[in-house]
Amino acid sequence: MPAGINAIDFYYLLPEIVLTAGALAVLVADVLLPRGSRALAWITVAVLGATLASLLPFADTDVEVANGLIAVDRFALFFKVVFLVSAIMTVLMSVRYLEIEEVSPGEYFFLVLCATLGMMIMAGGIDLITSFIGLETMAVSFYILTGFIKPNQRSNEAAVKYFLLGAFSLGILLYGMSLLYGLSGSTNLHVMASVFAGQARDPLLVLAVILVVSGMAFKIAAVPFHMWAPDVYEGAPTPITAFLSVGSKAAAFAMILRIFVEGLPSMTSDWQLLFEALAIVTMTVGNVAALTQSNLKRMLAYSSIAHAGYLLIGVVAGTPLGVSAMLIYLLIYTFMQLGAFTVIVMMRRADVVGDELKDFSGLHVRHPVAAFAMLLFMLSLGGIPPTAGFMGKFWLFRAAIESGYVGLAVVGVLNSAVSLYYYLRLVVFMYLKKETTGSEPTASPALALTLAVAVAATLVLGVYPRVLFEVAEKSAQTLGLGGAAAP
Amino acid sequence: MLLLIPLLPFLGFLANAGFGRRVAKSVSGGVACLAMLASFAVSAVSVWRLTALPALPPGARVVDQHVFDWISSGEFHASFSLRLDPLSAVMILVVTGIGSLIHIYSTAYMHGERDAEYARYFSYLNLFASFMLVLVLGSNFLVMFVGWEGVGLCSYLLIGFWYVKRSASDAGKKAFIVNRVGDFGFILGVLLVYGRFGTVDFQAVARAASQVAPETAFGTLSVMTLLLFVGATGKSAQIPLHVWLPDAMEGPTPVSALIHAATMVTAGVYMIGRNAVLFSHAPETLSLVAGVGAVTAFLAGTVGLVQNDIKRVLAYSTVSQLGFMFLAMGVGAYAAGILHLYTHAFFKALLFLGSGAVIHALAGEQDLRRMGGLRKELPVTYWTFVIGAVAIAGVPGLAGFFSKDEILYRTYAGGHTFLWALGLATSLLTAIYMFRLVFLAFHGERAQAEPDSRASGLRSPELATSDGVARQSGEAAEAASPESPATVHRHVHDAPPAMALALIVLAFGSVVAGYAGLPHALGGSNPWERFLAPSFEEAQLQPDAGTGEAAGGSERGELALMAVSSVVAFTGIAVAAVCFLKRRDLARAVAERFPGVRAMLLNKYYVDEIYDAAIVQPIRLVSEHGLWRVVDARGIDGAVNGVGDSVWGSSAILRRAQTGSVRAYAASFFLGVVLIVGYYLW
Repeated sequence: MPAGINAIDFYYLLPEIVLTAGALAVLVADVLLPRGSRALAWITVAVLGATLASLLPFADTDVEVANGLIAVDRFALFFKVVFLVSAIMTVLMSVRYLEIEEVSPGEYFFLVLCATLGMMIMAGGIDLITSFIGLETMAVSFYILTGFIKPNQRSNEAAVKYFLLGAFSLGILLYGMSLLYGLSGSTNLHVMASVFAGQARDPLLVLAVILVVSGMAFKIAAVPFHMWAPDVYEGAPTPITAFLSVGSKAAAFAMILRIFVEGLPSMTSDWQLLFEALAIVTMTVGNVAALTQSNLKRMLAYSSIAHAGYLLIGVVAGTPLGVSAMLIYLLIYTFMQLGAFTVIVMMRRADVVGDELKDFSGLHVRHPVAAFAMLLFMLSLGGIPPTAGFMGKFWLFRAAIESGYVGLAVVGVLNSAVSLYYYLRLVVFMYLKKETTGSEPTASPALALTLAVAVAATLVLGVYPRVLFEVAEKSAQTLGLGGAAAP
Repeated sequence: MLLLIPLLPFLGFLANAGFGRRVAKSVSGGVACLAMLASFAVSAVSVWRLTALPALPPGARVVDQHVFDWISSGEFHASFSLRLDPLSAVMILVVTGIGSLIHIYSTAYMHGERDAEYARYFSYLNLFASFMLVLVLGSNFLVMFVGWEGVGLCSYLLIGFWYVKRSASDAGKKAFIVNRVGDFGFILGVLLVYGRFGTVDFQAVARAASQVAPETAFGTLSVMTLLLFVGATGKSAQIPLHVWLPDAMEGPTPVSALIHAATMVTAGVYMIGRNAVLFSHAPETLSLVAGVGAVTAFLAGTVGLVQNDIKRVLAYSTVSQLGFMFLAMGVGAYAAGILHLYTHAFFKALLFLGSGAVIHALAGEQDLRRMGGLRKELPVTYWTFVIGAVAIAGVPGLAGFFSKDEILYRTYAGGHTFLWALGLATSLLTAIYMFRLVFLAFHGERAQAEPDSRASGLRSPELATSDGVARQSGEAAEAASPESPATVHRHVHDAPPAMALALIVLAFGSVVAGYAGLPHALGGSNPWERFLAPSFEEAQLQPDAGTGEAAGGSERGELALMAVSSVVAFTGIAVAAVCFLKRRDLARAVAERFPGVRAMLLNKYYVDEIYDAAIVQPIRLVSEHGLWRVVDARGIDGAVNGVGDSVWGSSAILRRAQTGSVRAYAASFFLGVVLIVGYYLW
């Protein structure tokens, strides 16, 4: 494919450009601002807000730009909103956390912006090269962020583990991608799809699919490629854990849908089978392993593994309904997961880590608002109405049933029942345990804002999900259609 | 515009629930009253605009407001939308109008509460009004159900408002549980409606129902309407689900006036009126509705004769009057039933508020036997109360006469002679028990001053004998016991301005409200019926629905019936005057003559006891010894613990597999790939 980018392409890349420029500005501001200034965080939020605003002109766009490297469509848009919202919440959460950890922000916020940029490219990438670059941009930022608390040994250990295993998985993913390129002669997903369309089933192609699935399964922490997740989630700074479990996962799902739905429709039966098996194993292992965790971050790590399993149901269903259900669930998951992590951050004080279950005992006496918010997030994660989590699960399971995967839906429902045990265990600690020796949670305005947004979204989307449904349905429809070339 | 009507009280609720505890009583009470008055103003304007719409063709006089698409899943669509038509117009005026008065009354009545409690009270009251308005404005079953459940919740919260009092919290629970039975029937009915017609919109259901011929035998429509009627008996306290209403008197008196007399309990009547077309296609259900209504009216009236708690007398009277409304619905006289609902709202709210003023004046005393002679001390309360009593007794010229007489006439004209006789007997009972109340409370002397009473002034022979049986009805004694008669006496004062205002306005309404339904026979044009006609038009195809209104020949018959019921009303008042004013020993003699009947009535036909023996105790027995000890502890717990243990065990294994070693993790990854590839090779 001949190189050469038109001027108009830069217009369509406006959000990415704004974000990049903003990231650089943050890097410069870090040098100029006095140490310990909170202004840096607010500049970061402003950059993210500006990026969000720059998405506005593209609300109804559906084009491929830069010679088919990136698509600017509603599907990408939906994900970009998810990334930016979760990045904003992450930054807001981080301000106080970094102060307590006595870590100077330094490149922290810059790296958060870089990771977000990587995610946005992953969501838009319709070329293996673009997707890969986005993935790397995101992954490298996360490796550093995970180990950001340098004095903390656990944080270091987590970073090294994440980096080593990440490199390993990347090798496998690249191997698969190179096979795809070798077999089709193109890295562009649409070209690839048309090349493979007429071909007979090639064993090498099956191998390529297996390798790509495995590589991507690592990113979404699907079993058995999940082993890194609990250690990394526990060791990483809490806001980064939150961002990792939401943003990076969502981005990987976007990339999965792009590669498999847009690039490999001819192999649907193969990857559907793989993802179905992964979904079942992931849900079950994630939920069962979560049962015996006494550390909340670790418990949420397993819970997030299980949620990757639920989300895979949408991929398996493969229909627009399945994809839209997945989009809905991703957004809902963003709010409830980030909300739960916000409460954990609130519990963190200079002398207490505050992420053990027992730290939460009797929380409703010490801080009824935090306890109630946590109750709401736990119910939502468990899928109890009238919270958003219920609506999300309802649509996912419905999509599975309508596509004929009744068994998958049954496994999902059974798993939801299992998961209630550990979600409600936290509630028992918060509301029924008498001892109230744990720490007093503290709320800064930024944390309070994050919490309020998460609570409001969890409730509103649970009671009145219609608007989200409609947006998600429209976004899902653009996937796989292949937009028109940029004018 | 319509949305504002329930929204304003809801905003009042939010304000009081959020900030009420931090502000003074005048602010929290003021906000609540303002919200209601504003809602009333919006309602009045809406209704005024509605009347400007042409009455023809049918269905033209309707205002719809679509708020949002609520649920849309597959074939099923339900929108959250509101609809104003003549029927709901009447209801919103009653709810907001009488609701406003009761809010104003409450500002004085509840003044003894702490600031936070005061705000809590008004937040509940606002929330109730909001749900009630959603109930009556909802344009489909689902929206109505939201209101239906919401008012049930508020009723529970308000009955148990003084939750530290055991009897109050028990009464709240009883109301909630009994209502659950009805609500279950109601939701089943709604499901059946959806299953049969594929929609839950009232208009669409009515249109679909009018396409089919009325059922001659017991069919789907009959089951459907029967289930809905079960819901109505729960909410509107009809036999056999009436047991919660008398106990609900544990709540503050204005609550009894608003929820348990004027508005919520009429929801069942309204629901039947709303689905008049559906019900008229199920004559089997209709006759049951009429029968249950008439029997409830009569039996509740007899119980009302002997109760000693002033509020309980009124509670049974409410049950009895609701029975009248159901009788009207059952004989197809929908407009008459709604007219009675509307007039009843005035005089029953008035009577409750009047009794509240008495209780307020006597510092919590509710026992009629310890009242008397209040006429001079409480002139405003007395005169307004008498107007209410005259109105409910059915004396010509006042509100109750027109509505009750219309119902009796339509019952008679429809050929239901037995039901008519029952209704007439109930009228007699109504006049007697109401004036017994008036004479015992306001006339004669205060009990302790009676010559034949003992030293304590409280333990007259009659009291001593009845205390045992009247245990359930004797909470009044508990409420008042710490107060010695002397201190009670010092508290006596007439209604403060806010209360007096509500009483006077309601008394005025009790006199004039009935003229809206002035029948042709008296030279009126029955504007009521004409106004409501669009709501009931399609329901009037029932063969025996009184078509006699138009026929000139029956006007003489109607006049004759009116004369009969007037005579009955006056007879009742006279009997009460003789027995309870002139010669109280006569009443006692009658009571001693028939001790069995008296005990039965005092114990309300032992319905509570029957429920306890037939339902509560067996359930408790089965639950404790069967379900809990065997099924739950051994079966379910065993299975659950077994599954739990094995899941827990596998969780522990998984936990051990998480060694923390990077090599092991990479190996797991690699193994995963190998397994998948191996699956394909194999």
